[in-house]
Amino acid sequence: MELLLDSLFNGVAIGSVLLVAALGLAIVFGLMGVINLAHGELMMLGAYTTYVTQLIFKLPILKPFYNSYIIVSIFLAFIVSGVVGILLEKTIIRKLYGSPLETLLATWGVSLILQQFVRSVPLAYGTGLVISLIIGLFLPTTFPSKIKESINYKYYKFSSWIFAALTGVLTGSVISSSVSKLSRASARNVDVTAPSWMRGQVEIIGTAFPKTRLMIIVITLISVVAITLFLNQSAWGMRIRAVTQNRQMSDCLGISTEKVDIITFGIGSGLAGVAGVAVSLLGSVGPNVGGNYIVGCFMVVVLGGVGNLLGTVLASFGIGIMTDLIGAGRLLSIWPDMPLPLSNTINFFATTSMARVMIFALIVIFLQFKPTGLFPQKGRMVEN
Amino acid sequence: MSLSKIKFDKKIVLSFWIILIALIIAAPTLLPVFRLNLLGRYLSLSIVALGVDLIWGYTGLLSLGQGIFFALGGYCAAMYLQITSSSEFPNNIPEFFALYGVEKLPFFWEPFRSPFFTFFAIWIIPALVAGLIGFLVFRNRIKGVYFSILTQASLLVFFNFFNGQQKLINGTNGLKTDVTQLFGQMVGSESMQRIFFWITATLVIASWFFAKWVVKGRFGNILIGIRDDEPRVRFTGYNPVIFKTIIFSIAGGLAGISGALYTVQSGIVSPQFMTVPFSIEMVIWVAVGGRGTLLGAILGAVFINYAKSLVSEALPASWMFIQGGLFILVVTALPEGVLGWIQGDGPRNLLQRFGLKRKIETYPSLEINNKEQK
Repeated sequence: MELLLDSLFNGVAIGSVLLVAALGLAIVFGLMGVINLAHGELMMLGAYTTYVTQLIFKLPILKPFYNSYIIVSIFLAFIVSGVVGILLEKTIIRKLYGSPLETLLATWGVSLILQQFVRSVPLAYGTGLVISLIIGLFLPTTFPSKIKESINYKYYKFSSWIFAALTGVLTGSVISSSVSKLSRASARNVDVTAPSWMRGQVEIIGTAFPKTRLMIIVITLISVVAITLFLNQSAWGMRIRAVTQNRQMSDCLGISTEKVDIITFGIGSGLAGVAGVAVSLLGSVGPNVGGNYIVGCFMVVVLGGVGNLLGTVLASFGIGIMTDLIGAGRLLSIWPDMPLPLSNTINFFATTSMARVMIFALIVIFLQFKPTGLFPQKGRMVEN
Repeated sequence: MSLSKIKFDKKIVLSFWIILIALIIAAPTLLPVFRLNLLGRYLSLSIVALGVDLIWGYTGLLSLGQGIFFALGGYCAAMYLQITSSSEFPNNIPEFFALYGVEKLPFFWEPFRSPFFTFFAIWIIPALVAGLIGFLVFRNRIKGVYFSILTQASLLVFFNFFNGQQKLINGTNGLKTDVTQLFGQMVGSESMQRIFFWITATLVIASWFFAKWVVKGRFGNILIGIRDDEPRVRFTGYNPVIFKTIIFSIAGGLAGISGALYTVQSGIVSPQFMTVPFSIEMVIWVAVGGRGTLLGAILGAVFINYAKSLVSEALPASWMFIQGGLFILVVTALPEGVLGWIQGDGPRNLLQRFGLKRKIETYPSLEINNKEQK
């Protein structure tokens, strides 16, 4: 019983990391059909946001609130990755709708640039750049409609960008002069330390669970519930679903597909940032941290069936539990006296990397029987 | 994307070939050893790029897993070299086995004692693996980005497997070839490297002609048909699965040859050949050179790698920015690649923009080339 619980918890812990990482992708890839290879790098940005937030909360002014930095960083990571995602959509991806393979290559290019960016730009100025992006993209939307409709709107927009750039440079230099760790560029991995209330373990039914893992499960749970509510209950959620089902028809009915695209992509990217916070709690954060998750995320979305959140949830927990069963060789402890050849095979796959081999092989076999995943989209298109 | 071919005079073509062959023969004396070795490596990479062009440029299958076949070819060649030059080591097996306490050659390496078997294994094994993976995927009509993702996942499977198996293939350390012997000569020696360069150059030309032959005629037409409208090809009575499987295994075989040549010239094969970025780089060589042009794939592979080594020598940090920018630029601004742009409407449009050429009225695309009419 204890063994089963242990295995289940480990599986759920692995699965919840996968799920929170794949959730953004399920929206961007599943709903919009955009294949974003920079998703992993958006996660990385989220993880670095956590790191920067942590260091800023160590400043004397914010020191009393240090314990809550992780909560703040979840929101900040959502905003940072979301804004970078929106910028990506506005500049590159918008031009490539309808040609997924080209999008794939272009976003790979973006991911290379982002990786090198965190290596060679000091994090303080990186933060400044992100802040100016946020201001530059959002300040014009808060203008009163009188200005928006005026003929001089572009000048207002331009001056707001200048204001944004100045603010960015200012915050960048303030941060870099007050936090010395952020003032130099470095390719080295950094570590996020969890606040004291998240360290240690909790005992549930006689088994010890690390608190960080529980925190990740909570983050995942909240993200899934929030995104489900948003998609199914809010007006914008309904518009998003409408556009995914039939873009032209929605356009005819007066839904601004352009806005829907931006919002969908922004939310998907923002969720990647939230996933980055979760990932930063698990290990050290480096420029390549996203690359470790990206293929797994795509497998989750493909396995779950495109455009289906329930499928994504089931697929990630399925993969998580299987990874634990195979990778830790738990089948052996459940059934200790199995025949030798079988136990040798299980031992052969009982490492993290070999478990991955096995899981991918199983997924490919599964797709032989259900090529469109657990919950296929119904349709009569010849392409489906 | 059928390109309007510029017809050249036969004499020009002949003299071009004579100059090219003369250059290849003279290259070892013209270039320093280091540069010659680099050129040889990049030429061998152009063979895998030809394969990518066949499957992506002509058939529309974007594989992100060509590294699998590339590395398989490399491993076959490297293991043969290791086995044949292992007579001084205990048990007559390559040195690294002793580190992990292996005393007998694993059974699947036994056939690699024979040079003939290895000669065929280098391209047949990758082709078979590619055929198997391709068949399993195509059978279910998995295509487009799903195909790309699945090939990338298989790449990771192979990477993890090769990385983790010390006892069979020396795991993450890979197999070294430069101190092994081939026909009584050291593989890393200057004279052998020169011969390898010539072999590579010959094989690049041979595989170029082979690829041209493959895409010529009805087979090539069906490939292009699959790229442009697969359901229509199916409804016309052809089975796309067979054609896709064949072309994918041809590309796999080419990748294997390329990997073997690259291995003997770089001196090592390791799971690093199966990393995700390397396989995507192969695609970008083709994209920059011009997909669907074959020659563009070769030129793209050689020039981009050369640029990479030059830039990395001068400014190590900036190559990632340049490469990323190149990806974005080519995809958004130059979707047909450099050669595709030159062969297509590119130069004419550029001249028109500066008023150097008369503008064509009414339907320019119909008058310049007949691709719209097809």
